[in-house]
Amino acid sequence: MKDYYDIVVVGAGPAGSVAAKSAAKKGLSVLLIEKRQEIGDPVRCAEGVSKVWLRKHINPDSRWICADVKGSRIFSPDGSMIEMAEEVAGGEVGYVLERKLFDRALAYESAEAGAEIFVKTRATGLIIEDDFVRGVKVMHQGEEHDIRCKIVIGADGIESKIGRWAGIDTSLKPADIETCAQFLMSGTGIDQDYCYFYLGNEVAPAGYIWIFPKGKDLANVGIGILGSKSGEKTVIQYLEDFVADKFPDARILEIDVGGVPVSGSIERTTANGLILVGDAARQSDPITGGGIINAMEAGKLAGEVAYNAISVGDVSVAKLNEYEKKWRSTIGIEIDNSLIVKNVFIKFTDKELNGLAHSLKGFNFSTMSLIDLLYALFKANRKLLWDLRVLFKNVVKYELDFER
Amino acid sequence: MAIKVNKFKCGYCGACVGVCPAGALELVETWIEVDDSCTSCGICAKVCPLGAIEVSK
Ligand SMILES: Cc1cc2nc3c(=O)[nH]c(=O)nc-3n(C[C@H](O)[C@H](O)[C@H](O)COP(=O)(O)OP(=O)(O)OC[C@H]3O[C@@H](n4cnc5c(N)ncnc54)[C@H](O)[C@@H]3O)c2cc1C
Ligand code: SF4
Ligand code: SF4
Repeated sequence: MKDYYDIVVVGAGPAGSVAAKSAAKKGLSVLLIEKRQEIGDPVRCAEGVSKVWLRKHINPDSRWICADVKGSRIFSPDGSMIEMAEEVAGGEVGYVLERKLFDRALAYESAEAGAEIFVKTRATGLIIEDDFVRGVKVMHQGEEHDIRCKIVIGADGIESKIGRWAGIDTSLKPADIETCAQFLMSGTGIDQDYCYFYLGNEVAPAGYIWIFPKGKDLANVGIGILGSKSGEKTVIQYLEDFVADKFPDARILEIDVGGVPVSGSIERTTANGLILVGDAARQSDPITGGGIINAMEAGKLAGEVAYNAISVGDVSVAKLNEYEKKWRSTIGIEIDNSLIVKNVFIKFTDKELNGLAHSLKGFNFSTMSLIDLLYALFKANRKLLWDLRVLFKNVVKYELDFER
Repeated sequence: MAIKVNKFKCGYCGACVGVCPAGALELVETWIEVDDSCTSCGICAKVCPLGAIEVSK
């Protein structure tokens, strides 16, 4: 480990590894640090990812792909099912990953691009001078080091401290986090071609239960509920109840827990000499809780913007605004739209959820996009259209033809 | 220290760290450390997926 780099990236999740790779590819000297001793472990993820978006960042590799998903089955509280399946020809749905290996593969790609990597190395503070972030204090094998750099990229996930140390308050309110638990199970007997979702305030208040196939007879069976609804009964208890009811004979091979930010875009993700990416920047999707793709998109943008800033010798927040603009006009739009949907979704009673499911009976979904689902829902439910009118105004008029 | 983290229950996921308004928590590899800025607000205990945190007022 040297004591000076162009860029120090804190956290080797998808956001950090892609940021390190994109900066190193431009020829910058990059240090990527990760506090865990094993990148990717323990897992805090259901591991579902869209194929098309994934390919923009890494070539799919059978070593870290567990299942190839063709569709989704969504269950309302009374058990009504909505099936959304992609036509098999040209099917472009999603993969279920092995994050432990996937995260390591991304870190490997950053190393190949020239980044240095240190694991079991934790950022303990920032070096701040004249209101500029100028480096990171790290703890490496029990010893403290100061590492100076031009730009710090904070990719330190849900537990991010980097933003806070630089004066950006990233703390999440209970209603801004989905608190989650998951079992990797064998013997559920699910159809490995589908992802399953269970909605309802009994099983998962203001959230959902998911079952994602993991190959052979394995599946991730997990739950996320809104933090504000948690407390009386813990998330793990909800999951245990569901599993006891649905899969009394299945076996648990792994327990994963975690939190996903569902706050929507935060006010600021840059400071002088600092960029936040991924969950550290609260960029996960407020309705699905998906964050892998957004983390990689943001990581790539951050690496490129950091390069531009360093090239012209200006790492001020004004220059780094290029990053704010780029992510807010791409993934940020989706995040904001999902926040609108989330705010309507979390208020649904079970009766309303059942009503929505019934209104979709017989509807044939040929694609899996949220917009298609909304279109069908709007057609059958005038009130929903009213509740989501902001969304309607913002995007739907561009993407939907209501005469269809 | 106004909260107690049961390290035998904790799954070191960092959700509590993300919600603490005071910035009192830190996930150090496989355990949670609490500093004296904790105000006993209880938010961390509320969101912990495993119920590993106990707050004493
Ligand atoms: C239960 C659950 C299910 C999910 N399911 C999905 C899903 O199916 N699909 C999807 O797309 N997303 C899912 N997500 C969200 C997804 O996991 C995250 O959005 C994604 O991992 C974010 O990537 P990241 O790189 O920003 O952060 P992370 O992957 O969390 O990486 C952050 C890294 O920073 C390290 N770090 C933190 N602090 C420091 C420090 N001080 N010094 C050094 N290193 C540090 C951490 O150890 C960690 O390795 C899920 C999340 C949860 C909790
Ligand atoms: S939220 Fe609970 S399980 Fe997660 S790190 Fe905090 S105390 Fe441990
Ligand atoms: S009780 Fe409140 S202030 Fe104390 S650690 Fe928990 S969230 Fe932070």
